[in-house]
Amino acid sequence: MKSHVWRPLYVVIALVIVVLVTRYIYVPKDFAVHERGYMYGWYRAGNVEQWKAVPDKFKTNEYCKDCHPEKEALISKTPHASIQCENCHGLAKVHPADPPKLAADKSREFCLRCHYPLPYPSSDRSKIKGIDPEMHNPGIECSNCHNPHKPSLRRLK
Amino acid sequence: MIKRRDFLKGAAVGLTGLALPFAAAELINPQTVTARKTDRPKVRWAFLVDTVRCVGCGLCVRACKHENEVPYDANVTRTWVERYVLTKDKKLFADTPKAGRDGFTTPRIDLGMGNYQEIRNEDIAKAFFVSKLCNQCENPPCVQVCPVGATYQLPDGIMLVDREWCIGCGYCIMACPYGIRFFHPKYHAADKCNFCYHRITKGMNTACVEACPYQARQVGNFENPADPVTRAVMTERVRVLKSEYGTKPHVFYRELAEEVR
Repeated sequence: MKSHVWRPLYVVIALVIVVLVTRYIYVPKDFAVHERGYMYGWYRAGNVEQWKAVPDKFKTNEYCKDCHPEKEALISKTPHASIQCENCHGLAKVHPADPPKLAADKSREFCLRCHYPLPYPSSDRSKIKGIDPEMHNPGIECSNCHNPHKPSLRRLK
Repeated sequence: MIKRRDFLKGAAVGLTGLALPFAAAELINPQTVTARKTDRPKVRWAFLVDTVRCVGCGLCVRACKHENEVPYDANVTRTWVERYVLTKDKKLFADTPKAGRDGFTTPRIDLGMGNYQEIRNEDIAKAFFVSKLCNQCENPPCVQVCPVGATYQLPDGIMLVDREWCIGCGYCIMACPYGIRFFHPKYHAADKCNFCYHRITKGMNTACVEACPYQARQVGNFENPADPVTRAVMTERVRVLKSEYGTKPHVFYRELAEEVR
C-alpha cells in the first residue's frame, strides 16, 4: 500500500504529535480540572497561591493605634471614629519602612466627600451636616479651623 | 493505482485512528463534567451592600484602587459608586463621575461628554447611592467564555484571573452582564474585583469594607448561618442585580430600588 495518497496523512500525524508534545511541555503540570468541574474549575492551581500571596496594604486602625495611641484616644470619642486613619492619611503598607511619612489629604474636596450637603431622600447622606463650599470660607483648608480628629463645632481648634 | 474502495477504507481507518488518541487522552469523569459538588464547601463568600447607609463618599473606590494597584487615574476600576436621582416628573438620572473615586461633591449630574444636568433639590423624588463590585456569581458567564482557562471559579465562589495565562481576548469583559471586568493597562490581562482574595483568605475584611465609615459594605461567609451577611440575607428583604440572567449573584443589596440596573 505504498502511495503518495498517504503522505498527507503522515504530515497530519506528525502535526498532531508536535501539538501534543508542545502541550505536554508548555502547559503547567498543575493545570487541570479542579473542584468546580470542567465548566468552571479548569485552571492552573498555582495561580490561587499567587493571589493569596499579594501583600495587604490597607492595615486598618488596629495597625496604627499601637504607635499612635493618643490620636486613637482623641478620635475614638468623635463622630469621625468610624473613619479609618488610612482614609485620610493614605495606605500604611509597611509604614514606617515604606512609606516613612504619611501625609494627610487636607484638601477641601476630601472633606466635601461627606460634607457637601446633598439632601437626598432615602439616603443617609441627608443626615450628614454639610457646608456650601462657595459660601463657607472658600479657599481655606478645613483643618485650619476644624480639627479632623476632634471635629466638634462647639470647641473649634 | 489505488482503488476508490481501498482509499475509502484507508481513510475510514485513518480517521478513526486519528480520532481515537484524542478521546483516549483523557478519561472524563462524568462528575467533573456536570460540575456537581459532592459536598458543600465550608466557605462561600458573599457580600452585602446597604444602599441607604451609603452616602457616596467614594472612600471604598479610593481604598480599592490603592490596595489592588488599579491605575488611579485611568478609567478602570474594580468597584464603583453610582448615584441615582429620580425627579418628581419621573425622570431618572444616574452618574458615576470617575467611578465615584472622589465622591459626589456637586448636585449636578454628570451626563458624560462634558454635559451636566442641574437638578434642584426640591425636584428630587428620591435619590441614593449604590456601590457595585463583582457579584461572584454561582453561574459565572465570564468563566464559561474563557477560551484558555485563565479565569476560573474556586470552591469558595470567588472568580480569579490568571494574569500569566490570560491572552487578553476580552471575551469575559463582554460576557459579564454587570460590566465588572476591564482590561488592566499595566498587566495586559483581564482584571476584576476578587473580594480582596489576599485579605479574606487571611481572615481580614476587604479593603473597601474597611474603608467604609458607614458600614454600607460587608463581606461574609454564606455557609455560616451565624455570619452577619448570611443572617441579613436570610432574615431581611434583600435583592440581587439582574436576577433574570440566572447567574445567581452573591452580592446582596439592602433596600435596592427598581431603578438600579
